[in-house]
Amino acid sequence: MESTTLTAKEESKQVKRMKRSETWRKVKRNKMIYLMILPGLIYFLIYKYLPMYGLIISFQDYKPYKGISESEWVGFEHFTRLFTSSEFWMIFKNTLVLFGLQVFIFFPIPIIISLMLNEVRHSFFKRGVQTLIYIPHFMSWVVIVSISYVMLTLDGGIVNAIVDSLGFEKINFLLNDAWFRPMYILQVIWREAGWGTIIFLAAITAVDPQLYEAARMDGANRFRQMWHITIPAIRNVIIVLLILKIGDVLELGFEHVYLLLNASNRNVAEIFDTYVYVAGLQQGQFSYSTAVGFFKGIVGLIMVVFANWLAKRFDEEGIY
Amino acid sequence: MAKQRRISAGSRVFDYFNYFLLALLALITILPFIHVVGSSFATSAEVARTKFLLFPTEFSLKAYEYIFSTDTIFRALGVSVIITVGGTLWSMFFSTLTAYGLSRRDLVGRRAINFMIVFTLLFNGGMIPTFLVVQQTGLLNTLWALVIPVTINAFNMIILRSFFMNLPAGLEESAKIDGANDFSILFRIVIPISLPAIATISLFYAVTYWNTYMHAILYLADADKWPVQVLLRQIVVLASGMNYDAEAYSDVPPPEVTVKMATIVVATVPVLLVYPFLQKYFAKGALLGSVKG
Repeated sequence: MESTTLTAKEESKQVKRMKRSETWRKVKRNKMIYLMILPGLIYFLIYKYLPMYGLIISFQDYKPYKGISESEWVGFEHFTRLFTSSEFWMIFKNTLVLFGLQVFIFFPIPIIISLMLNEVRHSFFKRGVQTLIYIPHFMSWVVIVSISYVMLTLDGGIVNAIVDSLGFEKINFLLNDAWFRPMYILQVIWREAGWGTIIFLAAITAVDPQLYEAARMDGANRFRQMWHITIPAIRNVIIVLLILKIGDVLELGFEHVYLLLNASNRNVAEIFDTYVYVAGLQQGQFSYSTAVGFFKGIVGLIMVVFANWLAKRFDEEGIY
Repeated sequence: MAKQRRISAGSRVFDYFNYFLLALLALITILPFIHVVGSSFATSAEVARTKFLLFPTEFSLKAYEYIFSTDTIFRALGVSVIITVGGTLWSMFFSTLTAYGLSRRDLVGRRAINFMIVFTLLFNGGMIPTFLVVQQTGLLNTLWALVIPVTINAFNMIILRSFFMNLPAGLEESAKIDGANDFSILFRIVIPISLPAIATISLFYAVTYWNTYMHAILYLADADKWPVQVLLRQIVVLASGMNYDAEAYSDVPPPEVTVKMATIVVATVPVLLVYPFLQKYFAKGALLGSVKG
């Protein structure tokens, strides 16, 4: 029979063809599904990927009336300008300091609150506290900053009224560069610390109660139980969230910082995002500000990849 | 609980401390809001007199009468309501379609598309290139600019997708045998049994839309299109002369404290009204997102 004398080559060709037609059949069978995801795909292409293509204007002297195709190429000029600018190190340092505050001051707080909540035995008390501390998360930064403002302002703000009644001189928190960083991190804590407990509390719930029972038998007090059982149990979650935080290194909240920024605290409050906004949209330096944003984005990407690699090295799961 | 009958003295001291600190924490978190709401219903004289006002002794609606006496706040609230309701529906429609499509395991190219979407969480074009795209697609200075550029939030979409993926597969199979097409499976079977997840993600979107601020200052030039958050900032922060753009407003006398407080309340109340629902669903949604994110 002829069919049995097919060479191996021809056979594999046929298998390939069959596979291809199999794939094609699957595609055809799911054509309605492709129709469903099409609008979403178009959205991501236009509003997420087209801007990535737009990053090439950071190598041009982009003029809006000329467009990308007609604008002149200038190579790394804008990056050189950024790195040699006297403001670069100020912005770099400000960004780094706020990042440090996020990691070292803010990050442990939800963990501590979760551990405290976990020790509460009356569930109505626990739920009550949770209900209240979640609230600020749903407020916009405008509301958070506005409330801080009416409380901290010089005339009529309750904080200064208290400072005054204690016999100290009133402090102009809002226009004082020494108070910007504490104010920033306190607002972050106020808005996010409560909400941040959710994930840790969920991880704690998964701990086997028998472990505590056994520890109690061995005479471990509550701190020891916390230290030897609860914390190791949520270690994984802590590490994953820390990676996410590090990956967010330069996402310090444009809105938040922009709302707090003013001429008197600019030397500590100007970060890459606010700098991009002012240079780009207020002063119209599109190419230069795009270069600044590009630099920030690349550093952010490197940090995520690095953090993930670090986690894998420590034999944790990583995030992707 | 029988187990905990024997509690040592040290343990009890620990409990007292713990309960006390947590109560204090909850109180500190919430007091600023009470202060703002209380002051907004007080007279200016009382606010000036009382150092830490929580509940006014003289009840006054003057501040509210003042802010509602002009069209400005009605217009801003109108804009916020429109983009919150319209934007949530818009975003949910496209997010659900995309999430359901990508939840189908037999979809060819699914991994590549997923990666393409997740990558946008790690890297993006940034503010200026995005602005230029918004400009070139003709959205600048229209309310669409607050909605279309944020049609699908990748995180929300991923949460929905993982929810759909965990639904029993048999449901779809039997519907398919009955000859139903993919759209009717989605709208008649999948969505009705996924209402908790749909509600969660809708609330995520709604809160984000209500709190929109950055996109409004980036994309909208006309003051009559500003949502309530931008107006709030004008009234509370800019009027103080502490910001860059303050010069433009320096000829306007600063509003009274009670007016600022009342504006904060107006911008906040809608979120607080849905908070009981939010709390129930959000905790679940936040967990779903963190597990699969």
